[in-house]
Amino acid sequence: MSEVLLKAENVSIVFGGLKAVSDFDFYINKGELIGLIGPNGAGKTTAFNLITGVYQPTTGSIEFAGKSIVGKKPYEITQRGIARTFQNIRLFSELTVLDNVKIAFHSHVKYGLAETVFRVGRYFSEEKQIEEESMKLLKIFKLDGHAYDQAKNLPYGAQRRLEIARALAAKPKLLLLDEPAAGMNPQETKELMEMISWIRKEFGLTVLLIEHDMSLVMGICERIYVLEYGMIIANGTPKEIQENPEVIRAYLGGEA
Amino acid sequence: MNLLRKNDLIMLGLSLVIFAILQVLITTKVLTSFWELNLIIIGINVIMAVSLNLINGYTGQFSLGHAGFMAVGAYTGVVMTTFFHLPFIVAIIAGAVLAGLLGFLIGLPTLRLRGDYLAIATLGLGEIIRIVIMNLDYVGGAAGFKGITHHTNFAWVFLIMLFTLFVIKNFVNSSHGRACIAIRENEIAAEAMGINTTKYKVMAFTIGAAFAGVAGCLFGHNFYIISPGSFTFLASFNYLIMVVMGGLGSITGSIAGAFVVTFISAVLAPWPEFRMIIYALALILLMFYRPQGLFGYMEVTSMGIFRRIFKRGHES
Repeated sequence: MSEVLLKAENVSIVFGGLKAVSDFDFYINKGELIGLIGPNGAGKTTAFNLITGVYQPTTGSIEFAGKSIVGKKPYEITQRGIARTFQNIRLFSELTVLDNVKIAFHSHVKYGLAETVFRVGRYFSEEKQIEEESMKLLKIFKLDGHAYDQAKNLPYGAQRRLEIARALAAKPKLLLLDEPAAGMNPQETKELMEMISWIRKEFGLTVLLIEHDMSLVMGICERIYVLEYGMIIANGTPKEIQENPEVIRAYLGGEA
Repeated sequence: MNLLRKNDLIMLGLSLVIFAILQVLITTKVLTSFWELNLIIIGINVIMAVSLNLINGYTGQFSLGHAGFMAVGAYTGVVMTTFFHLPFIVAIIAGAVLAGLLGFLIGLPTLRLRGDYLAIATLGLGEIIRIVIMNLDYVGGAAGFKGITHHTNFAWVFLIMLFTLFVIKNFVNSSHGRACIAIRENEIAAEAMGINTTKYKVMAFTIGAAFAGVAGCLFGHNFYIISPGSFTFLASFNYLIMVVMGGLGSITGSIAGAFVVTFISAVLAPWPEFRMIIYALALILLMFYRPQGLFGYMEVTSMGIFRRIFKRGHES
């Protein structure tokens, strides 16, 4: 049995009268690559927001590495080792590509305020290390040539890659990707797939991704959860999911 | 790393040369006492503008109560020197600590607000500080605090200004400063990257308020009397104009903004009726042609001209 990294039990959230996610039960083992799919408005991003602390569940429990993370603030959850990207890109768009990545090292910086202000102690050595590690990450994502460009001037696909690079800079154990391939062409999607598989091995990551691109999901995910109207209707290997009548109904419509 | 230190040393050297020249000009009376006074005011305004820029420009929290913290520093300082006969430097530190503490206490609840709401809240709080001082008979009330010993001179102002610039520059060029900038750029993303946004907003506000307190203390000891009338919200606006004119998010810009605004006022002093018109025109033209301010996000140390001049220094 492998170790469970993230476990959600009976998680529900109610917005006014709407149950956006209800009785959400799921788990991710360490090292797995899990997909979360579902039609538009099924509650996938809401599920992400619940995991990352943007929303607090109305009921239910969420445990990360054996400890409850319900009620924790997003930054605390990131510090515990969950980093994410956003469906609608949220880069620090006026800053350089390099600074975008450097910012994410924040919770691993040890030098204090006095060391900062008077430029003594660990300041220089740590800043140098951050810079080197940032450049290394940029190189992995083929962004090192753009290190000093403003993030908003990058092409769309590169902005998506930068979001992943930035999330990795926070040194997470669990990486949440919210539609990483949205707006990418098939070639870019294919490269992204390879990159996700590669970084997962390289960084020893566990990955949970939301995606609409079925070739990507079916191609790399080991297990898939399907969400519809806030409820999980299926869970299994890509093959099982493809053959599941509930899933086919949810996606293609038809008599229930 | 060495490059950073070298840049620091070059800037420090340049500043000291400028200081020496100005000090000699003042001592030899080449610069009249009118200009000496204006140099002192420029220095104080630089401290105010840079500290406000940390809050408004770098952290992106729109504060309009900066003159209130200046008042706290000024009154704390003059009480220390006049009533308790403490040395000037102690008064400056006390002014910074008290203004910083107040900034912390005010920042904690108000920084939950965003944008316009925060601006209005800080404007109100700045006014509250002034009105409280106005009603304190201990410090002279509305008539002002009289009998202050004159302590502030050009050397004090210049060296403390250098110290302020050094501290704030180092702060913004660190992981802490990057956290503040990240909040300005995208608060949700900043929080998702592990940044405690509340902590850094309050930290920037506290540091900014503390340096406003320092500037206030220098300002308070520049005349023989201070009155609450010097710290109205119009004064806060004036500092904001310097920051916006220079460029939100640029220290060089704040220096330039403080210099230009103070210099224009001084040059136009004999024609007070034209002063406001030219001042307003300058701002309108600036907003038309350079809405990001004179420097935008740029710093003088990262500009081509600086690099070219000191290229040899870098290579050796």
